[in-house]
Amino acid sequence: MAEFKLMKGNEAMAEAAILAGCDAYFGYPITPQSEVLEYLAREMPKHNRIVMQAESEVASINMVYGAAGAGFRTMTSSSSPGISLMQEGISYIAGAELPCLIVNVNRAGPGLGTIQPGQGDYFQSVKGGGHGDYKMIVLAPASVQEMADFVYLGFDLADKYRNPVLLLSDGAIGQMMEKVEFKPYTRPVVDKSTWATTGKPKSRNRNYITSLFIQPERMEVHNLKLEEKFKQIRENEVRFEEINTTDADYLFVAYGLSARICQKAMDIAREKGINIGLLRPITLYPYPYQRLQELASQVKMMLSVELNSGQMVEDVRLGVNGKVPVEFYGRMGGMMPTPEEIVHHLETLIQYHHVN
Amino acid sequence: MSTEQHILPGPVPVLNLPPCHTEEEYEMVYHKPATMVDTTMHYCPGCAHSLVHKLIMEVVEELDIQEKTVGVAPVGCSVFAYDYMDIDMQEAAHGRACAVATGIKRLMPDKYVFTYQGDGDLAAIGIAETLHAINRGENICIVFMNNAVYGMTSGQMAPTTLPGMHTTTSPDGRDVSYYGAPIKVAELMANLPGAFYVTRQAVNSANAVRRTKKALLNAFKYQPLHKGTCLVEIIGNCPSNWKMTPVEASRFIDEEMVKTFPLGDIKIPGAEDMKIY
Ligand SMILES: Cc1ncc(C[n+]2csc(CCOP(=O)(O)OP(=O)(O)O)c2C)c(N)n1
Ligand code: SF4
Ligand SMILES: [Mg+2]
Repeated sequence: MAEFKLMKGNEAMAEAAILAGCDAYFGYPITPQSEVLEYLAREMPKHNRIVMQAESEVASINMVYGAAGAGFRTMTSSSSPGISLMQEGISYIAGAELPCLIVNVNRAGPGLGTIQPGQGDYFQSVKGGGHGDYKMIVLAPASVQEMADFVYLGFDLADKYRNPVLLLSDGAIGQMMEKVEFKPYTRPVVDKSTWATTGKPKSRNRNYITSLFIQPERMEVHNLKLEEKFKQIRENEVRFEEINTTDADYLFVAYGLSARICQKAMDIAREKGINIGLLRPITLYPYPYQRLQELASQVKMMLSVELNSGQMVEDVRLGVNGKVPVEFYGRMGGMMPTPEEIVHHLETLIQYHHVN
Repeated sequence: MSTEQHILPGPVPVLNLPPCHTEEEYEMVYHKPATMVDTTMHYCPGCAHSLVHKLIMEVVEELDIQEKTVGVAPVGCSVFAYDYMDIDMQEAAHGRACAVATGIKRLMPDKYVFTYQGDGDLAAIGIAETLHAINRGENICIVFMNNAVYGMTSGQMAPTTLPGMHTTTSPDGRDVSYYGAPIKVAELMANLPGAFYVTRQAVNSANAVRRTKKALLNAFKYQPLHKGTCLVEIIGNCPSNWKMTPVEASRFIDEEMVKTFPLGDIKIPGAEDMKIY
């Protein structure tokens, strides 16, 4: 029988990391995710795992690089400004093809911004963030349960593709308490002996971790290899959730916290006779372009709702490719739109486009 | 016949000399360590990096720890160290070697972990990671190559550039009133309780090379004691960016560099420290 616990999103994520066999966590305090480091500082030593408060996020991500390069299951977490500091390291990790899990509990910016939840790091998360051609697999949880579930999934995908995985949460999902069930988990067996730097026995050639390819010909070959990997990811790892789309005339597109608000807005709108559905991307990279394209021949208009000034809406438009109007509604700086506010905006748009 | 004739175009004259000695007739008195990859290095003539690479690999061979050694080489002229050292290695971002080494060592405490960092890398962009690693007493060996310039990016001023020294970014000589004095890394870091063994050496003469070798050997030998960080600062020749011949560069170290960076041990473990409990 399932056993539920009442936990904060950040703590559920930390507990899941332990259950997923995370060997090491390196982090630096920042609101709204300091509980992760605090929780693990308390719990990891009990399991003989490594937990370390680094001197900065620059140091944490490079400690992750070292431990992941030695073949260990490794993670870090931070919030927006800290994730910005990590970008060089993330680019190196992607370039050197190291598996690891990075968690961003998104707060609102730019700059020091506010500690309130936001989704302003969408572009940074899905379009690269650091320098050069690389992508992270980006998972967007919308509940405390998913904060836990996506830790297992994230680690497994990281190992499968030898690529960093980003869990993009936000201050609300990280801080709120909900019931969570830690499902039984079996860790897939992954052979890292061909590349991990564990010390070179006489029987094999030396392993080295690098993202340096000084000859342009070799650099391009490496870039093409990475691109092939990202293509596999795009083909195999798209994940999303659909609610009320079968009969939908309109569609909300929203992820994480905004998707939760949209779910409420959808109920209100449906009571008013507006047949609206919700598409919630779970992977923000790879993005469900294909499904949006299909839905574009069914619905009359889409509305992307985000806690930023309009970032994901660009991807919705890419998927829809001009077939139907794609609109945007967002609040920023830690401000939350109410479901009523969203429905009001939806009604105005329906009138404006004469699409009812 | 003078040797010059051999490089003249045309057929090489056949000489009637007695047959060459066979290999067995010679006694092998010197060979490079087997832990060194047999390849051509990209370093300039007279550069300290190649020599110090060899010394580290000799240490690894002598201690028979190839299987237990992991090196970290960040960006700098020695970023290709993994092409030359036949051990498992990680290339690191500029300045982050000590953080990377921390990640490796904390998860594999029984391995020998070392970093190989330039002065731009360690003393400028990466001084925070270095200081904190030493302060935590990470059981790693930091090989710090101080050549007073940014070698790889072709000769800009480093935090260790001597007062008045000309570099591409201090064309009139380093002005201490504007940029501060050169950072004496070994002395600075030796103050941290986490530092177990701190020394400054050079490789500009046969004797200096022998002393450096000894220092590196000690630094590696101390690692299994788990008593803290070993920092071996090495004054490295960079003839190319000093705009000197290799011989002039070696002389420059004795005549100028050591005034700011005196050679010798700065912190050595006491007898009590060497005990394993
Ligand atoms: C973040 C970042 N900034 C700048 C550089 C460019 N860069 C590469 S090596 C280097 C300095 C190397 O000097 P040093 O560490 O003294 O090593 P040396 O080449 O002298 O041995 C710089 C500035 C870089 N690779 N990454
Ligand atoms: S530039 Fe200087 S440090 Fe770099 S390889 Fe040449 S001599 Fe060595
Ligand atoms: Mg230098």
